[in-house]
Amino acid sequence: MADLPKPEELVQIDHSPSLHKGLLGWMDTPVRIREGIALYAGKPQSLEYVGMPNPREWNPLDEDWKLPENWKEIILDGLRERLDRFRSLKVFMDICVRCGACADKCHFFIGGGDPKNMPVLRAELLRSVYRKEYTTAGKIMGKIAGARELTYDVLKEWWYYFFQCTECRRCSLFCPYGIDTAEVTIIGRELLNLIGLNVDWVAAPVANCYRTGNHLGIQPHAYKDMIDFFCEDLEEVTGIRPNPSMNRKGAEILFITPSGDVFADPGTYTAMGYIILFHYLESLGLDITWSTYASEGGNFGFFTSHEMAKRLNAKMYAEAERLGVKWILGGECGHMWRVIHQYMDTFNGPADHLEVPVSPITGTRFENAASTKMVHITEFTADLIKNNKLKLDKSRNDNLVVTYHDSCNPARGMGLLEEPRYVIKNVCNHFYEMPENTIREQTFCCGSGAGLNAGEDMELRMRGGMPRANAVRHVHEKHGVNMLACVCAIDRAALPPLMEYWVPEVDVTGVHEMVGNALILDGEQKRTTDLRGEPLPGMEEEEDV
Amino acid sequence: MYDGGKIITGLVIGLALLLFPFFYTAGKAARAPERELTAKAKEAEKCIEATAFMKTGHMKLLDEWRDEVVRDADRYYTSNLTGEVHYKSIQVTCMECHSNKTKFCDRCHTYAGVDPFCWDCHIAPKESE
Amino acid sequence: MNFVVSIVFSGAVVTLLVLIPWVGVGAFDLRVLFGIVIPYAAVITFFAGLVAKVIGWGRSPVPFRIPTTAGQQWSLPWIKANRVDNPKGNGGVVLRMIFEVLLFRSLFRNTRMEFRNGPRITYEFEKWLWLFGLLFHYAFLVIIIRHLRFFTEPIPFFVKLLENLDGFMQIGIAPLTGYQLPGLFLSGMVLLAAVGFLFLRRLLSAQIRHISLPGDYFPLFLIGAIGFTGILMRYLLKVDIVAVKELTMGLVSFHPTIPGGVGVLFYIHLFLVSVLFFYFPFSKLVHLGGVFLSPTRNLANNSRAVRHVNPWSYPVKTHTYDEYEEEFRDKMVEAGLPVEKAPEPEEEASEEETGEKE
Repeated sequence: MADLPKPEELVQIDHSPSLHKGLLGWMDTPVRIREGIALYAGKPQSLEYVGMPNPREWNPLDEDWKLPENWKEIILDGLRERLDRFRSLKVFMDICVRCGACADKCHFFIGGGDPKNMPVLRAELLRSVYRKEYTTAGKIMGKIAGARELTYDVLKEWWYYFFQCTECRRCSLFCPYGIDTAEVTIIGRELLNLIGLNVDWVAAPVANCYRTGNHLGIQPHAYKDMIDFFCEDLEEVTGIRPNPSMNRKGAEILFITPSGDVFADPGTYTAMGYIILFHYLESLGLDITWSTYASEGGNFGFFTSHEMAKRLNAKMYAEAERLGVKWILGGECGHMWRVIHQYMDTFNGPADHLEVPVSPITGTRFENAASTKMVHITEFTADLIKNNKLKLDKSRNDNLVVTYHDSCNPARGMGLLEEPRYVIKNVCNHFYEMPENTIREQTFCCGSGAGLNAGEDMELRMRGGMPRANAVRHVHEKHGVNMLACVCAIDRAALPPLMEYWVPEVDVTGVHEMVGNALILDGEQKRTTDLRGEPLPGMEEEEDV
Repeated sequence: MYDGGKIITGLVIGLALLLFPFFYTAGKAARAPERELTAKAKEAEKCIEATAFMKTGHMKLLDEWRDEVVRDADRYYTSNLTGEVHYKSIQVTCMECHSNKTKFCDRCHTYAGVDPFCWDCHIAPKESE
Repeated sequence: MNFVVSIVFSGAVVTLLVLIPWVGVGAFDLRVLFGIVIPYAAVITFFAGLVAKVIGWGRSPVPFRIPTTAGQQWSLPWIKANRVDNPKGNGGVVLRMIFEVLLFRSLFRNTRMEFRNGPRITYEFEKWLWLFGLLFHYAFLVIIIRHLRFFTEPIPFFVKLLENLDGFMQIGIAPLTGYQLPGLFLSGMVLLAAVGFLFLRRLLSAQIRHISLPGDYFPLFLIGAIGFTGILMRYLLKVDIVAVKELTMGLVSFHPTIPGGVGVLFYIHLFLVSVLFFYFPFSKLVHLGGVFLSPTRNLANNSRAVRHVNPWSYPVKTHTYDEYEEEFRDKMVEAGLPVEKAPEPEEEASEEETGEKE
């Protein structure tokens, strides 16, 4: 693993491609795959397990990537096929005018300065080959028409840069034609996967998820152990031991959340927040079960190919049908919600075995989920709070000065902006927004989405997260913000090291962790600590006793 | 073809707008109108400058005359063609020969979609049919 | 391909395109070729090419509903949804597209990133691209509509109306006496100014310079040359517009004719326009049609409420619950998790529940 440069070294960035580089032209600037930016290659056993092509040991830093003889043919056939399948791709290949509005909107370009991370150029990597193969002008005039041959080097460039995009869609927001680099990256990665060019951090979770139901490869008994462990912790904090059910048939609602929430801090506290909330609601009529088979909300298949996304996503409806639930409640996660909101029904629907979701506590019918039959937990909780169904003590979160990071996917692939804010404002007293160019639909990525939250590409992640961290530091300095809330498991895994690197004074939390802290359970003991076991405001001394 | 209905509708609307002149004209030839010369103009055989120049440059000439007359009281114009001196006046000089405004001036102006502002101030000559 | 080569190449091509009709008409008197044959060929190529392009796009389906949501979704009734930037239904989509196509809504969001070491990153006001982009397109539209006076007889009222608006500044500044007649049209000047801005932006901004291709400079130069020759004809080197209209009316009425007395400048202008028509369907200029077909803009964000169907959807191999339980059954039983089939095969299993579908 490459050594991570210090922040003061990392900020030496030139965003103006030098005149010298300009004279060479981007097409003739060869790709240099760097440690700290590139991810490790996908391992053969991961690919084999799910039947992906060309499993082998290989290293992106090597000259030889051990490709099949006819790799070019496979890629070009694949591209043709995808042009016929995706109007998005076909239109986006033709209509870019290179106005450059997207150039400085990408967090990787802002934090890294590599011109090929300008969304327009990332797409041109593919577009140039498209022109060469599928347009008359490109065939005849070559480089003059912006066309170039698909060579081994171009292929390496694809791999290098398609795995430097988190599919966050910020560029798409600013594009006058809505050209979506996520779409280009998704399809680009799909093509690369046809010849076995993957990264370990995506391929391994995919194989795990296929087998065990979740990315982390947690087996059913271990999953249950972890939930039990949270319940023990909760008993310590509240004096009440919740008893969540697992794989229970006949429940009304199936709950699915990213496995990161049951595995790593601070996501675990968010999971505890869910458990507390569900326990609280039990007496009000909530009948909900977790599943070990569908124990993953996220979908790293989405970072592999549309087909793999569909294969992994299938478990949600399958499990809902097996358990006979009426609808599905989904936890806090980013790309999970892009997939659920924009793809799931199309992938694996229609979910006729389910019913239009109705909150058993408030009776609210979620018409916006009438077909997919899956509701976001902040939609669910916001509705509870609005209907005064939750007894909350905001002051328990008084030691937190909170800001909220919109995850890219719920923001730009769904529009979930107010629901989490409403919840946050009802469970804590100190909330400050980051500057408007960095939140809501203009939110900046954590820098680690779309399967890039590995360890070996830490430099890339710290660069990509720089704009987000910069905005956090702004509110930290201005308002004393010390807690960054989010509704995404990858955020909860990726933001802590990012904060540690850029704004060490700020910690990261899920929204439902704060709900769990504020929620007053019937018969609970006087709480002295929060879910993290840290003293509540005003309880610091009692803690010592 | 997917979403064919919407796409074809859009195309038809787009094409209808872009092809508007073709529909509007509907194959009717629209030759340039004939300028009619009065007997006097015919007799004179030539204008104050060459015909080609007068066709493309009369408006410029008149604009210059106006400014020179109004600002400098410069009332006389020497023709580059004949060397003759003319009085700078649309009413007195031009309309003297071209007294048939509707058939000499207006036909072309209308055809080309031009609205000269000469007659905002000057009085158009009475024409006898 | 670097920017120097791109600019020199594009400039050279446009120069050549000016010289071709100049020599062709000026020296060889090929008026029929440049006045009739090429314009017809260009118009046919333009329409056929554009229609083929749009239908080509239409032949690919939109397998997933993937709007880029730029505002609050419609969810709970008491949360105010953004109907335009995150449309719930077709009405909102139409509004969104109108804002997008007529007002360049997305480009209006544009900002300029300012990077200072520290790092301190800010996002500054940058509406110039939006402004000049909008001016460029609207000036072009006004010019096209104004040109209908050469392609219609009688001239429709809206053409005259637009001319009057466009020409409302009757400038008559002394040193320029004689050159503002007929009246000055703003649109031509605005177009050239916008072309100039867009070119300088490409040239001076290191980022934009780096991403620009000959296909970006060439249309700017070509449109600049078209505008410039048009302005020359109108204000400086006059042509006989009555004869010009006879030629253009001949084209639209399918009675082509070559009237005498039309200067070579007009043929240069006409040839450049023809080239633009030829070039259009094979270039980035097809964004004219493409902007309407962008799936991130023209779809409603109601994916969870209304199912979207993927026409090429195919069954995929999944890891079924049965396979899963088969592997982990013992561990599940040990952990007290319910199972479909009891561990010992001789014991009864609830068969009716095991028929897990793929």
